[in-house]
Formats: sequence, C-alpha cells, structure tokens
Amino acid sequence: MNLKEHLVGSLSQAVEDVFSTMLGASIVPGEVTFENGAPDAHDGVLSFIGLAGSWAGTGCVSCSPVLACRVCSQMLMTEATAVNEEVLDAVAELTNMIIGSVKNDLERELGPLGLSIPTVVFGKNFRTKSAGHAEWIVRRFHWDSDAFEVKICLAPSEHPAGLQPHGFGQANQMGV
Amino acid sequence: MESDVLVVDDSAAIRKILQRVLRQTGMAIRNIYEAGDGQEALQLLHSQKISLVLTDINMPKMDGIQLLAAIKDVPEWHGIPVVMVTTEGGEAKVGEAVRLGAAGYVRKPFTADQIKEKLVGILPAAMSL
Repeated sequence: MNLKEHLVGSLSQAVEDVFSTMLGASIVPGEVTFENGAPDAHDGVLSFIGLAGSWAGTGCVSCSPVLACRVCSQMLMTEATAVNEEVLDAVAELTNMIIGSVKNDLERELGPLGLSIPTVVFGKNFRTKSAGHAEWIVRRFHWDSDAFEVKICLAPSEHPAGLQPHGFGQANQMGV
Repeated sequence: MESDVLVVDDSAAIRKILQRVLRQTGMAIRNIYEAGDGQEALQLLHSQKISLVLTDINMPKMDGIQLLAAIKDVPEWHGIPVVMVTTEGGEAKVGEAVRLGAAGYVRKPFTADQIKEKLVGILPAAMSL
C-alpha cells in the first residue's frame, strides 16, 4: 500500500470513529479528490492543525457555519445557533481528534510525529496558502444532508532531525 | 467521602464533555475544577484539595507531561492519581507518562464508559456504585 492510499483509509476511519464516538453520528464517506496549488476561496469554518517530524504537513476540516453549529450542539449537548467561541472550539477539538488519530496511525510507518495546537478561521471569501508543495488529499463526507471536507497534506521534512521515513517503500513525496 | 476533581484541557469543549461524563459516572464527586493548561492547573492544585487529575497532553504554556512531572515532584501531591486523556498515542509520549507515574491513559475520542472504567480502578473508594 502506498502512502496516499494509506492516508485516505486512515482519514476515513478517523472521521467515522470520532463522529460515532463523540457525536453519536453516522457519516458517509464521499469522493476523494487531490488538490494542487492554491485552493478556491472559502466561506465558512476552516480548522487547521500541523504535523511535524520526519514527515511534516497539515490536516484541515472545512465545513459550513450550519454544520459547525451542529457539531457543537451534538458534541456538547447544547443548542448552538450561531458560530461563536464555543462552536469554534468544538470544531478545533474535532480536528484535533481526527488528525490526531491519523497521526497515531501514521506513526507506525513514519516514526514519531508531533501535533500542533489547532487554529480555526471563520469568515467569507478567504483564501489559504500552505508554504509546502505537497498535494492535498481531500475527502468529502456527508452527515445527513450536510457535507464537509477533511484534507491532509504530508511530505518528507527537509530537515528530518535524524529520523528516517520508513515503511512506504518508494513514496518520497505524496502524490508527486 | 466526596472527591474534588481537576480537568485540564485547552479545549473548553473537552472540559465540558468530561464534566458531564464525570457527573454521569456515579462517582462521589463534590467539585470539578477546570484549567486550560498546566500552569493554571498548578495554581488550582495550590489552592484546592484535589483528589484526581484528568489532563490532556498537548496544551500551550505547560503540557500534560510537564504537569504530571510537576505533580509527582511535590511530596504532598505525589499520591494524586493523574489520568492522561489525549489524542496523543505515540509510544514515546505514552511511555514517558507511564514512567512519570500516570495512573491511566484514555485516548480521544472516548466514550463515557471508557472514562468510567478507567476511574473505577483508580478511585474505588470514591465510587457510590
């Protein structure tokens, strides 16, 4: 199995586990796409978390304000009707658990990885830019009639601090 | 005998969930205090008599491993059970927590039952069931 396939599987498993355990919700995995270059402008809530180690990258959850409120309501058993600090915190923690689970899974193959503190953005018509050149794996998920995306990019570190990637054979930069 | 519990996590959402889960366990809990990082937790430990600490690992200012080490370094706090509740599943971090004396480890995402099962073994005297 190559890294790209492994990441897609790991991401899907992590999202399903987090939603079923923390929200009591069943989600349906949708299509997988690959993103190179600058993504389109965003509307809504975007939550990022960094991965670092012999491989480095970023994980991201992107959703509408309505879905963000739904996540918060379900997770905290409270009524959230507008995006506020509590809603952003809930989405940040959701991202932390999803990408953290992926990280734990990847560490068996890639060696130790660190996880940053999540950052959440809420707004309209904003653009994001990652300094890395790795391709983003984008998986869409459906929660009843609402949809959201989970994205991840990962590439070998330029300065791997003495750690060598292993376990994925010929993979040297994901998707390139 | 009722216990005071300290929940340490930089996520207010997780602190709220753990508060709810702790209340659902049936344990004899009097107060649940909250801290957003290890430094806040230490301040509360100085001012309150805490019987159990549940802490995340990845936090700003002072992380859960540093907090655990600080607790085990103070003779009066040495016996307080510290349970790590975290997404961090790396062998190095888990091993370090065990070496420093963590009483338990629950990986996020967690169910209420997982938290309860872990605490039953740690604070049997505090359980009302």
